[in-house]
Amino acid sequence: MRELSNQNLETFKTKMMKYKKTKGPLIPILHEAQEIFGYIPLEAQQMIEEEYGIPNAFINGVISFYEMFYHEPTGEYHIGVCSGTSCHINRSKRILEELKKELGIEVHETTNDGLFTIVNVKCIGRCSEGPNLTVNNKVYSQVTVEDVSHIISEFKKS
Amino acid sequence: MNITELTKIKSDYLATNPIFNEPKNVHPLEHRIVLKNYQIINPEEIVEYISKDGYFAFSKAITMSQSEVIEMIIQSNLRGRGGVGFPTGLKWKFTLANESDEKYVICNADEGEPGTFMDRHILEGDPHSIIEGMMIAGYAIGASKGYIYVRAEYPLAAKRLQIAIDQAKDLHILGTNIFETKFSFEIEIRLGAGAFICGEETALMESIEGKRGLSRNKPPFPAENGLFGKPTVINNVETLANVPFILLHGPDKYKELGTEKSSGTKVFSLSGKIKNGGIYEVPMGITLNEIIYKLGGGMKEGSQFHFAFSGGPSGGVLREEHLHLKVDFDSLIPFDSIMGSGGIIIFDQNDCVIDTIKLFMEFNKEESCGKCTPCREGTGILFDMLDDITGGTANLDTIDALKYLGRMVQTSSLCGLGQAAPNPIFSTLRYFKDEFVKHIEHKSCSAGICTFDKVMEEE
Repeated sequence: MRELSNQNLETFKTKMMKYKKTKGPLIPILHEAQEIFGYIPLEAQQMIEEEYGIPNAFINGVISFYEMFYHEPTGEYHIGVCSGTSCHINRSKRILEELKKELGIEVHETTNDGLFTIVNVKCIGRCSEGPNLTVNNKVYSQVTVEDVSHIISEFKKS
Repeated sequence: MNITELTKIKSDYLATNPIFNEPKNVHPLEHRIVLKNYQIINPEEIVEYISKDGYFAFSKAITMSQSEVIEMIIQSNLRGRGGVGFPTGLKWKFTLANESDEKYVICNADEGEPGTFMDRHILEGDPHSIIEGMMIAGYAIGASKGYIYVRAEYPLAAKRLQIAIDQAKDLHILGTNIFETKFSFEIEIRLGAGAFICGEETALMESIEGKRGLSRNKPPFPAENGLFGKPTVINNVETLANVPFILLHGPDKYKELGTEKSSGTKVFSLSGKIKNGGIYEVPMGITLNEIIYKLGGGMKEGSQFHFAFSGGPSGGVLREEHLHLKVDFDSLIPFDSIMGSGGIIIFDQNDCVIDTIKLFMEFNKEESCGKCTPCREGTGILFDMLDDITGGTANLDTIDALKYLGRMVQTSSLCGLGQAAPNPIFSTLRYFKDEFVKHIEHKSCSAGICTFDKVMEEE
C-alpha cells in the first residue's frame, strides 16, 4: 500500500541512501518517496534533511514546484485526460467532465476509497491518437465518453 | 572494445541474422537519417544497433582530434532541433574553448510542447543513437559525464535508455578508457517531474541540481557556466541523433539534404484533423502543402482545412495562403510563424483560432516558472483577456491591450517561454483579425466553439 507506515519509512530510508554519491540527488530521492508513499510526507522530508543537509523548507519548495510531487496523500491510481492541443480539438474536455462525474471528484481530488486521484495530464506525445486518457503509466487512446466508466471499473476490480 | 571487436560483432550478427524488420508506413517523400533504425532494429538489443553501423561513428571520432570533430559538425551546418536552431558545432566549439576540470553533456529529452512527439519515437525506437551522439559530443568538448533529462511522462523512453546504457557499459562502450583510449564517459538518466519549463536549458540544469526549475539569466551561457557551474553542452534528442550520420558520411553528404541555411532532414510530428497523423522525416524545405496533403494524406473525412499551428504555444498560425511556403528554420519567420521543433497541428472548420490561442496561453500561464514578473503575471493577464473575448466580455480596446502587453512580455521576459508566449496572439491578430472583431462585436464564433457565457453570468 502506498501510505505512511513504519515499514514504508524503512524502505524509503534504504532507497534514499542509494544517492549518497549522486550529485544533485534531490529530485531522484523525491521520486522514490512519491512512489513509496503516494505523496511526500513531512517525515520523509525530515529524513532527507538529516541525511543530506538540505533544509526542509527548501525541499518543500521543490515539491510544490513540480506537478508530479504531492504534499498530500493521493490515490493508488492517478487518472487524467491529456490537455494537449490535439486532444483538446478532439474534445478531450468532454472526457474529463465524464471522468469527474463518474468519480464524483474534481481535478487534484481523491476518491474516498483512496483508489483514484484525478491529475492534470499535459501532452503525452500521442497527439495523433487522441483524446488520450492515462491511468498511472497506462495510456488509453481514442477514448470516447462511453469508455470512461469501463476504464474505471477495470481498475476497481484489480 | 575496439574497432576490430566492433566489426566482428557486426559481421557475426549479420551472418546469423541477415534480415531486419521492415519499417512501417514510410512515405515516399521521406528521407530517413534520424529514423534510419526506427522500427527496423530491436531498440533493446545493442547488437542490432551495432549491426547497423552503430558506434562506428564514435570509433571514427576518437581517431580524430577534438577540433576536427567539431569542425565536421560546423561544416555540416547542423542546427539545434529543439526549436531555436542554434548551430550545434559552434556550441561545441565554445564549450571546448572553456577550460575546466569537469564538463558535461546533456541530452534534453524533456519534450513537452503540445503536438510534438518525434523525440519520444526516437528515444523509444533508437536509444543508442542518442548515446552515441552524446559520446561524440563528450569526446569533442572534453566531458566525461553525460545526463539525459527525460520527462517522466515518457516511461518507456526512460526504460529503453537505461537498458541501452547498461548494455553499452557491459560491452565497455561506455566506461573508462573507452576503445583503448584515454577517453572515459558515463551517462546518467534523470527523470523530470511534470514541469514543462524544465525543457528550457537553464531550468533543466537547475532541476538536475535538485532545485525548482527556474530559468537562469543568460549570459553566462551554458558553454561557460552550465550544470553545477561547469561548461556544458546541452543538445536536443533529434540533434544528437543526427551526429553519428555526419561523422560517418561527412558534412558534404549531410548538406546535400535540406536548404542552404537549414541542412539535413527534419522529423515532423503531425496531428489534428488530418488522415495520417504521425512522424515523418523529410529534407528541410518541404512545403506545408506537401506536409499536409502528401505526408498527412489530406484532411480527415468531413474536415476542411481551416488553419495550422506550427511551433506549439510559442509558434504562429498558418492559413491556406501559406501552404506553398517551405518549412525550415527561417522561411516561416517573415510570416510570424516558426518551424520550432517540428510539431504541426492541423485544424478544421469546427476549430476556433481564438479558442486555440487561449489554450496555448493557459498552457504558458500554468507552465511559467514564476521567476520573472513579465512572464508570471503577463501570461496570466493575456489569458484573462483572451478569456474575455471568448466569454463575451471584451471590447475592441482589448485588442490594443493584447498588443501592448504582448510586446512587453515578449521583450522583457527572462527566458524563451515568456519571450515566445505572445507569438500566437500576434500572428493570429495578423491573419485572423476579422475573427477577433466577430467575437468581440457580434459575440459570434465561426466554428461555434466559444460560448460567450461570461456575459450571461454578469447579466
